[in-house]
Amino acid sequence: MIISVASGKGGTGKTTVATNMALALGSGVELLDCDVEEPNAHLFLQPVIERSERVETPIPLVDERKCTFCKKCSDLCRFNALAVVGKRVLVFAELCHSCGGCMLVCPEGAITETGRELGMLNFGNRDDIGFINGRLRVGEAMSPPLIKQVRAAADPERITIIDAPPGTSCPVIAAMNGTDFVLLVTEPTPFGLHDLKLAVEAVKMLGISAGLVVNRADIGDDQVFAYAEREELPILLTIPFDRRIAEAYSRGTMIVEELLEWQQRFIELFHKIETIVYESKAAVCAK
Amino acid sequence: MREIVIISGKGGTGKTSLAAAFATLATNSVLCDADVDAADLHLLMQPEVQQRSDFMGGSKALITPGLCTGCGTCRTLCRFDAISEAFAVDPIRCEGCGICVDFCPAQAIDFPVQRCGEWYISDTRFGPMVHARLGVAEENSGKLVSLVRKETRQLAEERGHDLILTDGPPGIGCPVIDAIGGATVLVIVVEPTVSGIHDMERVIDLAAHFRIPGMVCINKFDLNIEMTEAIEQMVQKHNVALLGRVPFDPIFTRSMVAGKTLFEYGEATKTQQLVREIWAAIITSPAMNPLGIVDFKATIQ
Repeated sequence: MIISVASGKGGTGKTTVATNMALALGSGVELLDCDVEEPNAHLFLQPVIERSERVETPIPLVDERKCTFCKKCSDLCRFNALAVVGKRVLVFAELCHSCGGCMLVCPEGAITETGRELGMLNFGNRDDIGFINGRLRVGEAMSPPLIKQVRAAADPERITIIDAPPGTSCPVIAAMNGTDFVLLVTEPTPFGLHDLKLAVEAVKMLGISAGLVVNRADIGDDQVFAYAEREELPILLTIPFDRRIAEAYSRGTMIVEELLEWQQRFIELFHKIETIVYESKAAVCAK
Repeated sequence: MREIVIISGKGGTGKTSLAAAFATLATNSVLCDADVDAADLHLLMQPEVQQRSDFMGGSKALITPGLCTGCGTCRTLCRFDAISEAFAVDPIRCEGCGICVDFCPAQAIDFPVQRCGEWYISDTRFGPMVHARLGVAEENSGKLVSLVRKETRQLAEERGHDLILTDGPPGIGCPVIDAIGGATVLVIVVEPTVSGIHDMERVIDLAAHFRIPGMVCINKFDLNIEMTEAIEQMVQKHNVALLGRVPFDPIFTRSMVAGKTLFEYGEATKTQQLVREIWAAIITSPAMNPLGIVDFKATIQ
């Protein structure tokens, strides 16, 4: 089972929920940090990193001895990553989306592929909990290809928990698409609610079942609760604002370690998700 | 034209609340919401939309079933796994590269341009504002960020404003890169948490990579004083200006619920005074005015 933890608005507690649920469940779980622009889960889970690998995306390499400067490649490229200027072919590596079209269209076979570094993949463990994160290279614009690599490295035998990036555009979609459940973490403020609505639209578009965690549940107003009821979004956990939690977070301490009663609450959260996922799968089969 | 872009790396550190507070202090400025993916500034600004325009992003492949011979060329060539066995394009996976369109032997694939969102020019009680809404699950957020910033600049020039205040997106990827290019200064809002520090360092590296001067403002500083001091030392080491500390103050949430900025809500507080001082530090910083000219307009006239 794959559970993605997302939010729309940043800073609502995605990483807190993802890491605490992983630690509460213990063995048999793998946590994937797909917030590759700003990966934070390792700061809380503190895994031992066992190996790292560099991730590249293919970009064209033009052999100008074979090139006849016919411009077929630059005409084809939708991303303006190639330009033919006189007897030179300029490759703008950072604009390339790695579709391979230029290589296919070149009549002289003058284009091969080399790589542009997207970032790193790190693999580790905290006790029996598996951990993988992606770290986007500073200056690299495209996070979705790296997010897909993190997802591809997951162990299908284990329960996967994905810490997704904020927002509702392509990086989040890359992290949520094809998961069994989206756990949306929000806070009951106007910003929290506004961005939650966008996230719910995205989840609906992908056709994934979803539930809600309301963090800092006693700040702000009650609009998020009213919205959840209207949308029939189940509220699976509420976390009150507690300065002890906020301060523990600031030091990198996890809730389940600081306040032991939360261990059971995160396990229950998982069981509720499990039930929803099985019921929705059963409903699909019945059809 | 000078542009202050407010970013943070980590989300939820208070970018938008501070941007709105600065908007009430700025004179003769134009507001720009460059967080097109999860835009929130309008919730405090209640903009009256004056002009609404479509944002046309990239194209996506569309297979015409009647023309498709099922030869499988597109499926073989697509590197994004966007074409199903039944030869339907998954718009979520389609990258818009158009390779299938070009190489389809039956010419059965169309490539319509997509409407990916909307952008607006509005009036607010603090002057004009340019903002946008990216369609849910859309790509090209960087392109929309660039468009919104370009339009803001043009509007500021036309209407004689000399300052742009831009609320940026979280992260360090494409929308952020497009939000900071050509900015005068970056105001980096950080919170004193392990993740706040971690993400700030990456944003500072990004600012250095693109050679844009950065300044750091510590929000919710009293959540962890030790961490706040660690940030202050780190900032010095990176040669980034330090703007000051803002306390963890529930007034930010309360004013947000009321749809107001910090300065429009309640009595004058210590927090307001601190934010005022931070704004003064930004405006008078050498980065904002490298030539040390006090009144630039008067000087060029």
